[in-house]
Amino acid sequence: MGRKLLLEHINVPGINTFEVYRKQGGYASVEKALKTLTPDAIVEEVKKSGLRGRGGAGFPTGMKWSFLAKPEGVARYLVCNADESEPGTFKDRYLMTHIPHLLIEGMIVSSFALGAHASYIYVRGEMMPQIRILERAIAEAKNAGFLGKNILGTGYDLELYVQPGGGAYICGEETALLESLEGKRGNPRIKPPFPAIAGLYGCPTVVNNVESIAAVVPIINEGGEEYAKIGVGRSTGTKLISAGGNLKNPGVYEIELGLSCEEFLYSDEYCGGIANGKRLKAVVAGGSSVPILPANLFLKTINNEPRLMSYESLSDGGFATGTMLGSGGFIAFDEDQCIVRNTWNFARFYHHESCGQCSPCREGTGWMEKVLHRLENGHGKMSDMDLLVDVSKKIEGNTICPLGDAAAWPVASAIRHFRDEFEWHVTNASEAVTRNFGLAHYADPLTKAEAV
Amino acid sequence: MLKVENTVTPVSFLPELLKQFDEIVRRYPKGKQKSALLPILHLVQAEYGWVSSPAMDKVAEYLQIQPIEVYEVATFYTMYFMRPQGKYVLEVCRTGPCCLVGAEKIMDHIEQKLGVKEGEVTADGLFSWRGVECLAACGFGPVLQIGPEYTFYENLTSESVDQLIDDLKKKANN
Repeated sequence: MGRKLLLEHINVPGINTFEVYRKQGGYASVEKALKTLTPDAIVEEVKKSGLRGRGGAGFPTGMKWSFLAKPEGVARYLVCNADESEPGTFKDRYLMTHIPHLLIEGMIVSSFALGAHASYIYVRGEMMPQIRILERAIAEAKNAGFLGKNILGTGYDLELYVQPGGGAYICGEETALLESLEGKRGNPRIKPPFPAIAGLYGCPTVVNNVESIAAVVPIINEGGEEYAKIGVGRSTGTKLISAGGNLKNPGVYEIELGLSCEEFLYSDEYCGGIANGKRLKAVVAGGSSVPILPANLFLKTINNEPRLMSYESLSDGGFATGTMLGSGGFIAFDEDQCIVRNTWNFARFYHHESCGQCSPCREGTGWMEKVLHRLENGHGKMSDMDLLVDVSKKIEGNTICPLGDAAAWPVASAIRHFRDEFEWHVTNASEAVTRNFGLAHYADPLTKAEAV
Repeated sequence: MLKVENTVTPVSFLPELLKQFDEIVRRYPKGKQKSALLPILHLVQAEYGWVSSPAMDKVAEYLQIQPIEVYEVATFYTMYFMRPQGKYVLEVCRTGPCCLVGAEKIMDHIEQKLGVKEGEVTADGLFSWRGVECLAACGFGPVLQIGPEYTFYENLTSESVDQLIDDLKKKANN
C-alpha cells in the first residue's frame, strides 16, 4: 500500500467542509508557513522536495518559483491552472470536487512564498459545479481567518478568486491562460518574456497546476527532504493518476512514483486489470498528447526491464520505444479497440482546439484529421502513412506553444507502433469498416529488432 | 462552421444581473475590468440561453471596451452559444476515452430519441444536443453535461439517457 499525501482523507465524510478538513489536520501548513517560515525558506523546501510540475511538463516547481522577478512596488501573482482538459486527465476535477480545501490551503502557502496578495484559480468553464465548491470553500476559509486581511494575525493579506474559462483546451497552456484571464482570446504568447518576468497584467506571475499546489501542503508539513524520500530518482513524491478507458476499476489513484506499470494496471488496489476479461492492446500513459504504446512496450522497456510509473522510466527509450508521464492521464485500450479510429478521434480534438495562430498547427491538424478520417472509412492510400508522419514532423517544433507537438506526437507514435494496423485499413478497406484489427502481435513478448 | 445569428431585439440587463457583474469586476485590479468578460458572458448566457449581438454590445458598454473585443472572445470559446438553443442543451463528450466506452452509441441514441441532428432544436424548443471535446471525466464515461448549471451525468446508458430526457420533459411541463 503506497503512501497517500493528497488523498489520505478523501473518504472521511464531510471532508469537503472546512470544519472536518480542519479536524483532520487541515491548514496546519498555513500556520507553520506564515508563523515560522520566511517566503524564501518555503521556496527552499519546495526545491528540496524535487516536486515537478504535475500538469504535464514536469518542470521543477521550486525552480520555477525561484525565477519569479521581484521588482519593488510591482504586484506579483500566483495563478492556479485548473483548466484540466487533456483527454484522459481528470485528477484535478476529482481533487477539487472532494477535497477543495487542500487546494485552498496550498494556494495560501504558495501565495505567501511568492509574495502574492491576490491569487486566481482559473477553472475550465465546464466545471461550474467545481467552481461553486471552490467558492464555498474560499468563503469558509475566509470566515475562519485563513484568507483576507491580516491572516492569523501575521500581517499577511491574501484574496483568492475563482475564474471560469470558456471552453478552450488551449487555455491550459500557461500564457494562453493568462490571456484568457485578462479577458482575451486564448492565444499563447511568444516566450520570452516568461510569465515569471511578465505574466498577468504584465506583472511577474507563477502559473502552477492544481496538483502541484496541493503537493506544497505535505511538503511544508513534513519537509522537502521527507517528501523527496518517496519515489525513485528524480521522480519524487506521489502522483495522481486518472485511469480511464477499458479498465475494470477506472478512477483516480494516488501512487508513489516508481510503482511498476504492471502493478498499477493489474493489481486490485489500482486499476484491477482490463474490463470484461479482455486483454490489453495499448496504453496512453500520460494524457492524449503523449506517444501511445503497444501493450508489450508499455509493460517492459526495450531492454526488457519492467517499466515503472515515473518520469524517467516511462520516457526510457525516447520516442522510439518510450513515452511520457505527462499529466497522469492514463488510458487503456482493450483488444477490440481500433487504433486508427482513436488516432483520428485525437486528431479531430487537436484540430478543434488549435487556436489558429500558427499555420503549421492550424493547417496541419486539419490535414491530419482528414487523412485519418479517410483511412478509418476505407478510402485511404498506402502513401497516407508517410504523409501523416511528414505532416506531423512539420508541425512539431514549429509553433509558438506545445499544442503543435501535442497534436503531432499521438499521430506519429500510432503509425510508428501500429503501422500494420494502418496498412490493413488500406489493403482490407471494406473489411476495416465492419470489424477491427484486433490484438494482433501488440502484446507479444518483445524482441529488440521488432520494437525499433 | 460558426454561424452567428444577428438580431435587433434590444437587450437591457436587469439590476440583479448588473449587481452580479459589479461583484465580478471587484476581483481584478483597477482598470483591468476586461478580465470580467468571460464570467460575465456566462451570466448572460445563463440568463438568455445564448449570447446575442445586442447583449454583447451591452457587455462592451458595461466593461467600457470595444464591441469587437467581446465578439472576438465570445466566438473563440466553445461554451458560448451564438444562436438560440433548446432549453436544455445536452453536451456529450465525444473524445477518445469516452468513445472507448460507448460515447458514439450514446450520441446516436440521443439523435434518434430527440429526432433532431446535432446542433438543431426540437420542435417544442426543449432540447438540442452536440458533441463536445473532453470534459475531464474520462473514468466515468460516457458523460454529458447540461448548462447553465453544467450538471454532470456519468456512466451513461441508453436507458439512463431516456430517463434523463423524460425527466427533463416532465420538469419543463410542470
